[in-house]
Amino acid sequence: MIDFLQYDFMRSALASGVAASVLCGIIGIYVILNRIVFISDGIAHAAFGGIGLGYFLGLDPLAFGVLSAIVTAIGIGTVSSRSKVSEDTAIGVFLATGMAVGVMFMSMSRGYSKDLFGFLFGNILAVTWSDVGIILALTLVVMVLFALLYKEFLILSFDPIYGEAVGLPVRKLRLLLLCMVAFSVVVLIKIVGIIMVIALLTIPGTISRQHFRSLPAIMAGSILCGAVFVTLGLFISYQLDVPSGATIILTAAAAFFVSTLASR
Amino acid sequence: MAAIVLVKGLFVTRDGHTVLEDVNLELNEGNFLGLIGPNGGGKSTLLKVMLGLIKPDRGDVRIFGLEPAQARKLVGYMPQKTLFDQSFPVTALDVVLMGRYNQAGLFQRYSSEDRKAASRALEAVGMGGYAGREIGALSGGEQQRVFVARSMVSDPKLLLLDEPTAGVDAAQQTEFYDLLCGLNRKMGITIVLVSHDITAISKYVNRIACLNQRLYYHGSKELTNEDIEKAYGCPVEMIAHGTPHRVLREHD
Repeated sequence: MIDFLQYDFMRSALASGVAASVLCGIIGIYVILNRIVFISDGIAHAAFGGIGLGYFLGLDPLAFGVLSAIVTAIGIGTVSSRSKVSEDTAIGVFLATGMAVGVMFMSMSRGYSKDLFGFLFGNILAVTWSDVGIILALTLVVMVLFALLYKEFLILSFDPIYGEAVGLPVRKLRLLLLCMVAFSVVVLIKIVGIIMVIALLTIPGTISRQHFRSLPAIMAGSILCGAVFVTLGLFISYQLDVPSGATIILTAAAAFFVSTLASR
Repeated sequence: MAAIVLVKGLFVTRDGHTVLEDVNLELNEGNFLGLIGPNGGGKSTLLKVMLGLIKPDRGDVRIFGLEPAQARKLVGYMPQKTLFDQSFPVTALDVVLMGRYNQAGLFQRYSSEDRKAASRALEAVGMGGYAGREIGALSGGEQQRVFVARSMVSDPKLLLLDEPTAGVDAAQQTEFYDLLCGLNRKMGITIVLVSHDITAISKYVNRIACLNQRLYYHGSKELTNEDIEKAYGCPVEMIAHGTPHRVLREHD
């Protein structure tokens, strides 16, 4: 087990994966409790549109990714509340549009076909230590926000109708939550890719909920699960020489089915 | 002193349909209003207007002489059927504490005073021993009582309860209404209780109004046969049994 840590890219991969587990462990719980898994998925795909635009313009693709993810989060909320289009329809439209825009811009900019694959499926082995720093910084910001707004997010997640009645800024809080999802999604795209971000946000939290009862315990359990999946997945992928991102997710998925069967 | 609830000439339309039409209502301290009426008659809408969640198209609504949104600190609310994830990781005490949101304020943690108030509210609804229990592990009736505790934990002067006994069995209902009666008589809290069941509530309330777009209300516990027929849009047979009254609908 130790010898796979002799490579620096393995150590930075592991560090980024564990940092991502902390980030996902916390945000994922709120994504699950607020039932915004699908909207998070929509945001993740829409981020691809911004990433493509960034490449096309020769500017920072991740910054544009965050931007388009947030615009999508606001757009889905606005369309579903101001028109007769239901939320899941709005998500479907934004998701497809974002992906198409991304593919279009990617094809118009030269020489990035390899990166396209990277952004779709991620490449945890290409993570640098400065990426690890970015993930840690974002994790810190998210932790501070959730600590400051703990009771607000608890009301929002449990009973938003009541929250509105007592004057809780329900819409702003939901948007803030979606913005945090957007930031996390874009940061994590580099590690596991757009398609698998959702798995990392939902699987550890769901498993943890099956075994713990209080919110702090569920968060801790979720973080631990994520860290274990990342470590185990990386190790297995190293041993079998298979893609690491996919291995991490398959490890998590296997644990999910075992845990769900066991806790029925 | 201003009336606790003052509604004048209220009109509300939603998606092009008139929901409330020329509604007038005045409630003062100690009033316990039973609000009945057919489904879709606008009962929940009227409560939401009183909470400032729905803006009137026309008319004036004052709660304690204030705009409804400004008066929220003085109002306790229990929504119709709180839909929540039955495995949501919160205890009964956590749920009641949510009612102290306005006392604690944005970014602030709940104070020890908030926690004491929450414990007291749980005691008051007979759930003192369940503070640490998970909300999903409680029975339907117990959950309802926790939600009542949440609505009164901020020491409101006005309680708005939207069909609080839905899904609660008859024995628990009686207990529940006795509890409300106590709050009303001993603590002088003004209560608006939305119900579809005049039989169940008529023993406890001291005012009855019937709402179906228009509000039929005479500032008393009496409604005439015509009121009920107009509101329900069909003949209704009233069987007087002294008190409580019973209202039987002939058909749907």
